[in-house]
Amino acid sequence: MKKTLLVACISLALVSPAFAAEPTRQDRFDALEARIKSLEASAEAMRQQALAAARALEQARAEIESLKTAQETTQSMVAANAPVEAAPVADAAGANGNAFNPAISIILNGSVTHHSLDPDSYYRAGFPLVGEGGPSARGISLGESEISLSANIDDKFYGQLTLAVGSEDGQDELGIEEAFIDTSSLPNGFILRAGRFFSNIGYLNSRHAHSDKFFDRPLAYQAFVGNQYGDDGVQLRWVAPTDLFIELGAEVFRGSANDGAGTHTLFAHIGGDVGDENSWLAGLSVLNANVVAGEDGFTGDNTLYLADFTWKWAPQGNVKDGGITLRGEYFHDDRDGDYVDAVDPLLDQPWSGQRRGAYVEGVYRINRNWETGYRYDRLWADDSGPFASNFDPVRHSLMLTWLNSEFSLFRLQYSHDQPNATDSDSALTLQYQVSLGAHGAHKF
Amino acid sequence: MKKPLLFAFLLAVAQSTPAHAKIAVFACEPEWGALVQELAGDKVTIDVATSALQDVHQIEAKPSLIAKMRRADLVVCTGADLEVGWLPQLIRQSGNGRVGTGLGSFRAADQVVTLDKPQQLDRASGDLHPQGNPHLQMDPRRVLTVANALAARLIKLDPANATVYRQRMVDFNGRWSAAIKRWEAKAVPLKGRKVVVQHISWVYLFTWLGMEQIGALEPRPGVPPTSAHLSSLVDVTKSSNTLAIVRAAYQDPKASLWLSGRTGVPAVALPLSVGGDAQAKDLFGLFDSTIDKLLAAAK
Repeated sequence: MKKTLLVACISLALVSPAFAAEPTRQDRFDALEARIKSLEASAEAMRQQALAAARALEQARAEIESLKTAQETTQSMVAANAPVEAAPVADAAGANGNAFNPAISIILNGSVTHHSLDPDSYYRAGFPLVGEGGPSARGISLGESEISLSANIDDKFYGQLTLAVGSEDGQDELGIEEAFIDTSSLPNGFILRAGRFFSNIGYLNSRHAHSDKFFDRPLAYQAFVGNQYGDDGVQLRWVAPTDLFIELGAEVFRGSANDGAGTHTLFAHIGGDVGDENSWLAGLSVLNANVVAGEDGFTGDNTLYLADFTWKWAPQGNVKDGGITLRGEYFHDDRDGDYVDAVDPLLDQPWSGQRRGAYVEGVYRINRNWETGYRYDRLWADDSGPFASNFDPVRHSLMLTWLNSEFSLFRLQYSHDQPNATDSDSALTLQYQVSLGAHGAHKF
Repeated sequence: MKKPLLFAFLLAVAQSTPAHAKIAVFACEPEWGALVQELAGDKVTIDVATSALQDVHQIEAKPSLIAKMRRADLVVCTGADLEVGWLPQLIRQSGNGRVGTGLGSFRAADQVVTLDKPQQLDRASGDLHPQGNPHLQMDPRRVLTVANALAARLIKLDPANATVYRQRMVDFNGRWSAAIKRWEAKAVPLKGRKVVVQHISWVYLFTWLGMEQIGALEPRPGVPPTSAHLSSLVDVTKSSNTLAIVRAAYQDPKASLWLSGRTGVPAVALPLSVGGDAQAKDLFGLFDSTIDKLLAAAK
């Protein structure tokens, strides 16, 4: 940089006619050339010095390293009588303000799907499509990519923010999927959570879609909670001080009632191990909502009961290298209220009754890089009320996943869906899903 | 109506936990469980989260572990991100406010200088550990440093038993220092020998014994090797007078047996942690077994 400037000055000087007279042009030229040479020489000398300094620094570092190792041995011999803790070895990054930045984890997700039935003409007998509970888009789609930031806030709180990027009808949307704080130091196993978050009911509900084993959520989740239930709310959870894992909790969510606290849940999960190779988790949950003008036209009292069960077997407990996961969840939806049609008041009628849904899935982890699985979905419609149906929707799904590392996977899924008595939809999906940044830690 | 009852019940159960029980230690890996056993004996209860036959990078935050974490007073783990995929989740899930940071949280890697700190962090090079290689239990000198710090921690946490911890540390120090001398003398024939490894878990052992790692079956942690890499590894292994192809007890033997079959170099499974083989019943057995097995390959 400096040299170019210098050269520019010189050439300017050379062409400038003002200096063309005395002393002679040749003299000036020689003088300048000499000066350039001496500048170059001193620059080279400085470069050599810098190199030498860097080398010396390197040596000093190595020496410190070896001294430390030597010290470790001698110190521990000497200090055994009065054990002391070493000050934690400070990391270079610690000096940087960024060290306190939250952990950032990004999930990128995309898919291409072929549907034999146009998703626009898809209807599910007995179950109006709510939330994101419909079939996936045809063709190429970004699916749901998300950014999650999390960190301990201080000694008493932990915070997490998850933003999801989705596209709806060609429009990109950035939504707040979760934004909550957790207490991290309440006594006796209590944890209080506040903000927006996914309810802890059932098994899949609190888990982000990117940890699912299948491309889409089970029909029961689509039909009863619009894929996944989350809202602004408060949660209190308690873990029992027992050998058996017991977790009990309650939540209050904003819901749709005008008091802003219209949805309540209770949940219990228990789990444990059988030997070294088997683990299980079971849960019972209930969600009660005072619904006002729900997406499916329902207004009234809605109670949803969920039962879930998961069993995992893996040789030596190494779940990433092989094994089988079996899971089932059962939904029972009980409504007492009215159907209010958005367009035609003549269609208004009482809506009381029960509907049910369930799925079972089995996933076989072949080795570190491959897994395959099958899922059976079933819904039981109500034979009376505004969405009366004698037909019960059913779906079969088969998937094969290739995992290159913990951070990337490709999934191929075929599903055969019979949403009503006359239609059937065969869907073939190829999906990629990768994770960037902070190493994710998933729930069981 | 139901909810107030439920909370009354929860509070009642929560209050009824015994106040002055033994210190409960949660050890992530068997080697630290064994170290706590050496230093604290029956003054503490110990839950060990994993076994030597498990890949500790890949444990799940399963319910039984949350239950164990819930009652822990002290969590003793390797650190350096070895347990990053499950330990933070366990601590958050358990609702145990004593072990997230501070007195209840002990990480071996924070007590020593770690090796193999990556110069450049890029996942294209695999699942790297920014804070250095975490498998430090394979250097007995580092284990001693960790023991010292751990004893100090136990004394701080449970001053009533300080004398016991101090005595046991002196005792352990004596036996361990003698054992190090014995191991070092025994392992002299291993000095300078070349080894191929399955996963880079052995840098501390090889640095201590002056051995040289000339290749790895899984050069990028967590990413399967390419066939080009494997064929070049066959050449390197054949032409370098290689002592052994080393894997940990928990690892699938297929890859190292394959390389062994191609090169005639023996494949050796080392325990890597307490419980990794019949001889590795405690920390002393861990090193006895490791050195014996390497020496057997040298014969």
